[in-house]
Amino acid sequence: MTTSATSTATAPRRYTRTAMLLHWVLGFALIGLFGVGIYMTGLPFSPQRLKLYNWHKWAGVTILVLSALRLLWRATHRPPALPSAMADAMPGWQKLAHHGTHGLLYTLFFAVPLIGWAYSSAAGFPIVFLGLWQLPDFVPVSKELAEAIKPWHQITAFAMAGLVLLHVAAALKHHLIDRDGLLARMRPW
Amino acid sequence: MNLSSPLSRIVLGAALVASAQAALAQQQLVPAQSEVQFTARQMGVPLDGHFKKFSAQVAFDPAKLATSKIAFTVDTGSATLGSRETDAELPKPTWFNVPKFPQAQFESTAIKALGGGKFEVAGKLTIKGNAQNVVVPVALTQSGPTTTATGTLPIKRLAFKIGENEWADTSMVADDVTVKFKLALTGVGKL
Repeated sequence: MTTSATSTATAPRRYTRTAMLLHWVLGFALIGLFGVGIYMTGLPFSPQRLKLYNWHKWAGVTILVLSALRLLWRATHRPPALPSAMADAMPGWQKLAHHGTHGLLYTLFFAVPLIGWAYSSAAGFPIVFLGLWQLPDFVPVSKELAEAIKPWHQITAFAMAGLVLLHVAAALKHHLIDRDGLLARMRPW
Repeated sequence: MNLSSPLSRIVLGAALVASAQAALAQQQLVPAQSEVQFTARQMGVPLDGHFKKFSAQVAFDPAKLATSKIAFTVDTGSATLGSRETDAELPKPTWFNVPKFPQAQFESTAIKALGGGKFEVAGKLTIKGNAQNVVVPVALTQSGPTTTATGTLPIKRLAFKIGENEWADTSMVADDVTVKFKLALTGVGKL
Protein backbone atom coordinates (compact mmCIF):
# COMPACT_ATOMS: atom_id res chain seq x y z
CA MET A 1 0.00 0.00 0.00
CA THR A 2 1.37 3.42 -0.91
CA THR A 3 1.14 6.41 1.35
CA SER A 4 0.80 9.90 0.09
CA ALA A 5 3.64 12.32 0.47
CA THR A 6 1.47 14.57 2.59
CA SER A 7 0.55 11.98 5.20
CA THR A 8 2.95 11.41 8.01
CA ALA A 9 4.47 8.05 8.83
CA THR A 10 2.29 7.78 11.90
CA ALA A 11 -1.04 8.31 10.09
CA PRO A 12 -3.26 5.31 10.88
CA ARG A 13 -4.06 3.00 8.03
CA ARG A 14 -6.62 0.96 9.85
CA TYR A 15 -9.54 1.59 12.13
CA THR A 16 -8.90 1.08 15.84
CA ARG A 17 -9.71 -2.30 17.40
CA THR A 18 -12.64 -0.75 19.27
CA ALA A 19 -14.04 0.75 16.07
CA MET A 20 -13.69 -2.63 14.33
CA LEU A 21 -15.39 -4.47 17.18
CA LEU A 22 -18.30 -2.00 17.21
CA HIS A 23 -18.56 -2.11 13.41
CA TRP A 24 -18.81 -5.88 13.16
CA VAL A 25 -20.91 -6.51 16.27
CA LEU A 26 -23.40 -3.78 15.36
CA GLY A 27 -23.38 -4.73 11.68
CA PHE A 28 -24.47 -8.29 12.38
CA ALA A 29 -26.81 -7.19 15.19
CA LEU A 30 -28.60 -4.77 12.87
CA ILE A 31 -29.01 -7.38 10.14
CA GLY A 32 -30.29 -9.93 12.69
CA LEU A 33 -32.71 -7.48 14.25
CA PHE A 34 -34.02 -6.44 10.83
CA GLY A 35 -34.77 -10.11 10.12
CA VAL A 36 -36.48 -10.60 13.50
CA GLY A 37 -38.54 -7.48 12.86
CA ILE A 38 -39.82 -8.77 9.54
CA TYR A 39 -40.51 -12.24 10.94
CA MET A 40 -42.30 -11.15 14.13
CA THR A 41 -44.71 -8.71 12.47
CA GLY A 42 -46.06 -11.59 10.38
CA LEU A 43 -46.83 -13.80 13.38
CA PRO A 44 -50.36 -14.24 14.72
CA PHE A 45 -51.10 -13.01 18.26
CA SER A 46 -49.29 -15.52 20.45
CA PRO A 47 -46.80 -15.72 23.34
CA GLN A 48 -44.06 -16.23 20.72
CA ARG A 49 -45.01 -12.96 19.00
CA LEU A 50 -45.00 -11.00 22.26
CA LYS A 51 -41.69 -12.58 23.30
CA LEU A 52 -40.03 -11.59 20.03
CA TYR A 53 -41.45 -8.07 20.23
CA ASN A 54 -39.93 -7.64 23.67
CA TRP A 55 -36.58 -9.13 22.63
CA HIS A 56 -36.62 -6.89 19.56
CA LYS A 57 -37.13 -3.82 21.77
CA TRP A 58 -34.39 -4.85 24.23
CA ALA A 59 -31.96 -5.49 21.38
CA GLY A 60 -32.93 -2.19 19.75
CA VAL A 61 -32.21 -0.27 22.95
CA THR A 62 -28.86 -2.09 23.28
CA ILE A 63 -27.97 -1.14 19.70
CA LEU A 64 -28.98 2.45 20.40
CA VAL A 65 -26.62 2.65 23.39
CA LEU A 66 -23.77 0.94 21.51
CA SER A 67 -24.35 3.32 18.57
CA ALA A 68 -23.97 6.26 20.92
CA LEU A 69 -20.67 4.80 22.17
CA ARG A 70 -19.66 4.19 18.57
CA LEU A 71 -20.41 7.79 17.58
CA LEU A 72 -18.49 9.05 20.59
CA TRP A 73 -15.54 6.81 19.68
CA ARG A 74 -15.65 7.95 16.08
CA ALA A 75 -15.75 11.61 17.12
CA THR A 76 -12.71 11.16 19.34
CA HIS A 77 -10.75 8.72 17.14
CA ARG A 78 -10.39 9.95 13.61
CA PRO A 79 -10.91 7.16 11.09
CA PRO A 80 -7.97 6.46 8.75
CA ALA A 81 -7.94 8.62 5.65
CA LEU A 82 -8.50 6.87 2.35
CA PRO A 83 -5.20 5.70 0.82
CA SER A 84 -4.17 8.52 -1.51
CA ALA A 85 -4.05 6.32 -4.62
CA MET A 86 -7.64 5.35 -3.96
CA ALA A 87 -8.72 8.88 -3.13
CA ASP A 88 -7.11 10.15 -6.33
CA ALA A 89 -8.79 7.46 -8.43
CA MET A 90 -12.22 8.16 -6.99
CA PRO A 91 -14.57 10.37 -8.98
CA GLY A 92 -16.27 13.14 -7.05
CA TRP A 93 -19.66 11.42 -6.95
CA GLN A 94 -18.13 8.36 -5.33
CA LYS A 95 -16.57 10.46 -2.58
CA LEU A 96 -19.91 12.11 -2.04
CA ALA A 97 -21.65 8.72 -1.96
CA HIS A 98 -18.98 7.37 0.42
CA HIS A 99 -19.44 10.15 2.96
CA GLY A 100 -23.19 10.42 2.36
CA THR A 101 -23.78 6.71 2.98
CA HIS A 102 -21.81 6.76 6.21
CA GLY A 103 -23.52 9.94 7.39
CA LEU A 104 -26.98 8.59 6.61
CA LEU A 105 -26.19 5.24 8.22
CA TYR A 106 -25.13 6.96 11.44
CA THR A 107 -28.30 9.06 11.37
CA LEU A 108 -30.41 5.93 10.97
CA PHE A 109 -28.54 4.07 13.75
CA PHE A 110 -30.31 6.54 16.02
CA ALA A 111 -33.47 7.32 14.09
CA VAL A 112 -34.68 3.72 13.66
CA PRO A 113 -34.50 2.64 17.33
CA LEU A 114 -35.73 6.02 18.62
CA ILE A 115 -38.77 5.89 16.32
CA GLY A 116 -39.43 2.31 17.43
CA TRP A 117 -39.21 3.37 21.06
CA ALA A 118 -41.55 6.32 20.42
CA TYR A 119 -44.05 4.01 18.72
CA SER A 120 -43.97 1.57 21.62
CA SER A 121 -44.52 4.40 24.11
CA ALA A 122 -47.30 6.03 22.09
CA ALA A 123 -49.07 2.67 21.74
CA GLY A 124 -49.16 2.42 25.54
CA PHE A 125 -46.54 -0.31 25.85
CA PRO A 126 -43.53 1.20 27.59
CA ILE A 127 -40.24 -0.65 27.07
CA VAL A 128 -39.13 -2.59 30.13
CA PHE A 129 -35.51 -3.47 29.43
CA LEU A 130 -34.89 -7.17 30.12
CA GLY A 131 -38.28 -7.18 31.85
CA LEU A 132 -36.69 -5.33 34.77
CA TRP A 133 -36.16 -1.65 34.05
CA GLN A 134 -38.93 0.48 32.67
CA LEU A 135 -37.58 3.09 30.27
CA PRO A 136 -39.13 6.55 30.22
CA ASP A 137 -41.64 7.53 27.55
CA PHE A 138 -40.53 10.59 25.62
CA VAL A 139 -43.85 10.84 23.77
CA PRO A 140 -47.34 10.71 25.30
CA VAL A 141 -49.61 7.67 25.05
CA SER A 142 -51.84 8.42 22.07
CA LYS A 143 -53.51 6.11 19.59
CA GLU A 144 -53.35 8.74 16.83
CA LEU A 145 -49.66 9.42 17.45
CA ALA A 146 -48.92 5.68 17.49
CA GLU A 147 -50.64 5.22 14.13
CA ALA A 148 -48.74 8.20 12.71
CA ILE A 149 -45.36 6.89 13.93
CA LYS A 150 -45.88 3.22 13.07
CA PRO A 151 -45.00 3.26 9.35
CA TRP A 152 -41.84 5.29 9.98
CA HIS A 153 -40.08 2.60 11.98
CA GLN A 154 -40.47 0.31 8.99
CA ILE A 155 -39.63 2.97 6.38
CA THR A 156 -36.43 4.02 8.15
CA ALA A 157 -35.45 0.38 8.81
CA PHE A 158 -35.84 -0.44 5.10
CA ALA A 159 -33.87 2.70 4.21
CA MET A 160 -31.08 1.49 6.50
CA ALA A 161 -31.24 -1.99 4.95
CA GLY A 162 -30.86 -0.41 1.51
CA LEU A 163 -27.85 1.62 2.65
CA VAL A 164 -26.29 -1.45 4.27
CA LEU A 165 -26.62 -3.29 0.96
CA LEU A 166 -25.01 -0.34 -0.82
CA HIS A 167 -22.23 -0.26 1.79
CA VAL A 168 -21.55 -4.01 1.42
CA ALA A 169 -21.72 -3.79 -2.39
CA ALA A 170 -19.20 -0.92 -2.40
CA ALA A 171 -16.85 -2.79 -0.04
CA LEU A 172 -17.05 -5.91 -2.24
CA LYS A 173 -16.47 -3.84 -5.35
CA HIS A 174 -13.26 -2.45 -3.83
CA HIS A 175 -12.19 -5.90 -2.71
CA LEU A 176 -13.10 -8.00 -5.74
CA ILE A 177 -13.03 -5.60 -8.70
CA ASP A 178 -10.63 -2.81 -7.74
CA ARG A 179 -8.55 -5.18 -5.54
CA ASP A 180 -7.27 -2.12 -3.70
CA GLY A 181 -7.10 -3.60 -0.21
CA LEU A 182 -9.60 -1.12 1.21
CA LEU A 183 -11.23 -3.82 3.35
CA ALA A 184 -7.98 -4.29 5.29
CA ARG A 185 -8.82 -1.08 7.14
CA MET A 186 -11.74 -2.79 8.84
CA ARG A 187 -10.41 -6.37 8.96
CA PRO A 188 -9.64 -7.36 12.55
CA TRP A 189 -6.79 -9.74 11.65
CA MET B 1 -108.80 2.75 58.77
CA ASN B 2 -108.92 0.94 62.07
CA LEU B 3 -105.29 0.65 63.01
CA SER B 4 -105.95 -1.97 65.61
CA SER B 5 -107.32 -4.53 63.13
CA PRO B 6 -104.93 -7.41 62.35
CA LEU B 7 -105.12 -6.72 58.61
CA SER B 8 -104.14 -3.08 58.93
CA ARG B 9 -101.26 -4.04 61.21
CA ILE B 10 -99.95 -6.39 58.51
CA VAL B 11 -100.36 -3.72 55.86
CA LEU B 12 -98.56 -1.19 58.04
CA GLY B 13 -95.83 -3.68 58.88
CA ALA B 14 -95.30 -4.49 55.20
CA ALA B 15 -95.15 -0.77 54.38
CA LEU B 16 -92.52 -0.23 57.06
CA VAL B 17 -90.40 -3.12 55.76
CA ALA B 18 -90.76 -1.80 52.22
CA SER B 19 -89.72 1.71 53.22
CA ALA B 20 -86.75 0.35 55.15
CA GLN B 21 -85.67 -1.59 52.09
CA ALA B 22 -86.16 1.49 49.93
CA ALA B 23 -83.95 3.44 52.31
CA LEU B 24 -81.26 0.76 52.06
CA ALA B 25 -81.45 0.49 48.28
CA GLN B 26 -81.42 4.16 47.47
CA GLN B 27 -77.67 4.32 46.72
CA GLN B 28 -77.04 4.75 43.05
CA LEU B 29 -73.86 4.28 41.11
CA VAL B 30 -72.84 7.27 38.97
CA PRO B 31 -71.09 5.47 36.08
CA ALA B 32 -69.70 8.66 34.51
CA GLN B 33 -67.69 9.36 37.66
CA SER B 34 -66.70 5.76 38.26
CA GLU B 35 -63.96 3.56 36.88
CA VAL B 36 -62.75 0.00 37.13
CA GLN B 37 -59.18 -0.46 35.98
CA PHE B 38 -56.77 -3.35 35.97
CA THR B 39 -53.05 -3.67 35.48
CA ALA B 40 -51.40 -6.84 34.25
CA ARG B 41 -47.75 -7.37 33.38
CA GLN B 42 -46.43 -8.93 30.21
CA MET B 43 -42.68 -9.63 30.43
CA GLY B 44 -42.49 -6.77 32.90
CA VAL B 45 -44.46 -4.37 30.71
CA PRO B 46 -47.42 -2.87 32.57
CA LEU B 47 -50.63 -3.27 30.61
CA ASP B 48 -53.28 -0.87 31.82
CA GLY B 49 -56.85 -1.73 31.00
CA HIS B 50 -60.31 -0.86 32.15
CA PHE B 51 -63.90 -2.01 31.92
CA LYS B 52 -66.29 0.32 30.15
CA LYS B 53 -69.50 -1.22 31.50
CA PHE B 54 -70.30 -2.14 35.06
CA SER B 55 -73.14 -1.71 37.54
CA ALA B 56 -73.68 -1.93 41.26
CA GLN B 57 -76.53 -2.71 43.59
CA VAL B 58 -75.64 -1.01 46.83
CA ALA B 59 -77.57 -1.14 50.07
CA PHE B 60 -75.05 0.47 52.34
CA ASP B 61 -75.69 2.18 55.63
CA PRO B 62 -72.58 3.03 57.64
CA ALA B 63 -74.70 2.71 60.78
CA LYS B 64 -76.05 -0.72 59.86
CA LEU B 65 -73.15 -2.64 58.39
CA ALA B 66 -74.61 -6.01 59.36
CA THR B 67 -77.50 -5.56 56.94
CA SER B 68 -75.55 -3.64 54.30
CA LYS B 69 -74.92 -5.38 51.04
CA ILE B 70 -72.90 -4.61 47.96
CA ALA B 71 -73.24 -6.41 44.68
CA PHE B 72 -71.11 -5.43 41.76
CA THR B 73 -71.23 -6.62 38.17
CA VAL B 74 -68.73 -6.04 35.38
CA ASP B 75 -69.39 -6.73 31.70
CA THR B 76 -66.33 -8.75 30.72
CA GLY B 77 -66.90 -7.88 27.06
CA SER B 78 -66.26 -4.23 27.85
CA ALA B 79 -62.62 -4.82 28.82
CA THR B 80 -60.08 -2.82 26.87
CA LEU B 81 -56.31 -2.44 26.93
CA GLY B 82 -56.49 0.45 24.48
CA SER B 83 -55.02 -1.53 21.60
CA ARG B 84 -57.02 -3.10 18.79
CA GLU B 85 -54.85 -6.20 18.71
CA THR B 86 -55.20 -7.05 22.40
CA ASP B 87 -58.87 -6.05 22.59
CA ALA B 88 -59.64 -8.59 19.89
CA GLU B 89 -58.12 -11.31 22.11
CA LEU B 90 -59.73 -10.52 25.47
CA PRO B 91 -63.24 -11.90 24.67
CA LYS B 92 -61.81 -15.21 23.45
CA PRO B 93 -62.25 -18.44 25.48
CA THR B 94 -58.61 -18.44 26.65
CA TRP B 95 -59.09 -15.04 28.31
CA PHE B 96 -62.53 -13.84 29.53
CA ASN B 97 -64.64 -16.21 27.42
CA VAL B 98 -67.25 -13.49 27.04
CA PRO B 99 -69.90 -15.54 25.15
CA LYS B 100 -70.06 -18.05 28.01
CA PHE B 101 -69.30 -15.72 30.95
CA PRO B 102 -70.49 -12.25 29.92
CA GLN B 103 -70.33 -10.92 33.47
CA ALA B 104 -68.02 -11.02 36.46
CA GLN B 105 -69.63 -10.57 39.87
CA PHE B 106 -68.74 -9.52 43.36
CA GLU B 107 -71.15 -10.09 46.21
CA SER B 108 -70.39 -8.94 49.71
CA THR B 109 -70.85 -11.25 52.68
CA ALA B 110 -69.58 -9.05 55.52
CA ILE B 111 -68.52 -5.44 55.91
CA LYS B 112 -66.19 -4.32 58.67
CA ALA B 113 -65.50 -0.71 59.59
CA LEU B 114 -61.86 0.11 60.27
CA GLY B 115 -62.51 3.74 61.18
CA GLY B 116 -61.62 6.91 59.34
CA GLY B 117 -63.85 6.06 56.39
CA LYS B 118 -62.04 2.78 55.79
CA PHE B 119 -63.81 -0.53 55.45
CA GLU B 120 -63.05 -4.14 54.72
CA VAL B 121 -65.60 -5.73 52.44
CA ALA B 122 -65.43 -9.51 52.41
CA GLY B 123 -67.21 -11.27 49.63
CA LYS B 124 -67.23 -13.65 46.76
CA LEU B 125 -65.63 -12.68 43.46
CA THR B 126 -66.73 -14.74 40.49
CA ILE B 127 -64.96 -14.39 37.16
CA LYS B 128 -65.32 -16.85 34.31
CA GLY B 129 -67.35 -19.16 36.54
CA ASN B 130 -64.56 -19.41 39.14
CA ALA B 131 -65.42 -18.08 42.58
CA GLN B 132 -62.88 -16.89 45.13
CA ASN B 133 -63.35 -15.38 48.57
CA VAL B 134 -61.71 -11.98 48.71
CA VAL B 135 -61.44 -9.12 51.17
CA VAL B 136 -61.57 -5.75 49.47
CA PRO B 137 -60.19 -2.73 51.29
CA VAL B 138 -62.43 0.25 50.55
CA ALA B 139 -61.95 3.89 51.46
CA LEU B 140 -64.94 6.21 51.40
CA THR B 141 -64.79 9.93 50.93
CA GLN B 142 -67.80 12.21 50.84
CA SER B 143 -68.22 15.41 48.94
CA GLY B 144 -71.64 16.97 48.64
CA PRO B 145 -74.18 14.32 47.64
CA THR B 146 -71.49 12.01 46.27
CA THR B 147 -69.68 9.30 48.16
CA THR B 148 -66.64 7.93 46.40
CA ALA B 149 -65.42 4.44 47.17
CA THR B 150 -61.85 3.66 46.14
CA GLY B 151 -59.76 0.60 46.56
CA THR B 152 -57.21 -1.77 45.12
CA LEU B 153 -57.61 -5.51 44.97
CA PRO B 154 -54.69 -7.72 43.98
CA ILE B 155 -55.86 -10.95 42.38
CA LYS B 156 -54.24 -13.97 40.78
CA ARG B 157 -55.46 -14.28 37.22
CA LEU B 158 -54.88 -18.06 37.08
CA ALA B 159 -57.25 -18.60 40.03
CA PHE B 160 -59.95 -17.44 37.60
CA LYS B 161 -58.43 -19.16 34.55
CA ILE B 162 -57.90 -15.83 32.79
CA GLY B 163 -55.28 -16.78 30.21
CA GLU B 164 -55.35 -20.51 29.59
CA ASN B 165 -53.17 -22.99 27.72
CA GLU B 166 -50.14 -21.25 26.21
CA TRP B 167 -51.12 -18.06 28.05
CA ALA B 168 -50.96 -19.72 31.49
CA ASP B 169 -47.17 -19.22 31.38
CA THR B 170 -46.51 -16.62 34.09
CA SER B 171 -43.08 -15.76 32.68
CA MET B 172 -45.02 -14.34 29.72
CA VAL B 173 -47.99 -12.79 31.56
CA ALA B 174 -47.60 -12.45 35.34
CA ASP B 175 -50.14 -14.15 37.62
CA ASP B 176 -50.58 -10.99 39.66
CA VAL B 177 -53.18 -8.56 38.40
CA THR B 178 -54.13 -5.40 40.25
CA VAL B 179 -57.74 -4.25 40.07
CA LYS B 180 -58.33 -0.61 40.96
CA PHE B 181 -61.75 0.90 41.33
CA LYS B 182 -63.32 4.27 41.96
CA LEU B 183 -67.08 4.15 42.41
CA ALA B 184 -69.14 7.28 42.81
CA LEU B 185 -72.38 6.70 44.73
CA THR B 186 -75.25 8.94 45.62
CA GLY B 187 -77.57 8.48 48.57
CA VAL B 188 -75.05 7.14 51.08
CA GLY B 189 -75.75 8.30 54.64
CA LYS B 190 -73.30 10.51 56.45
CA LEU B 191 -70.23 8.62 57.62
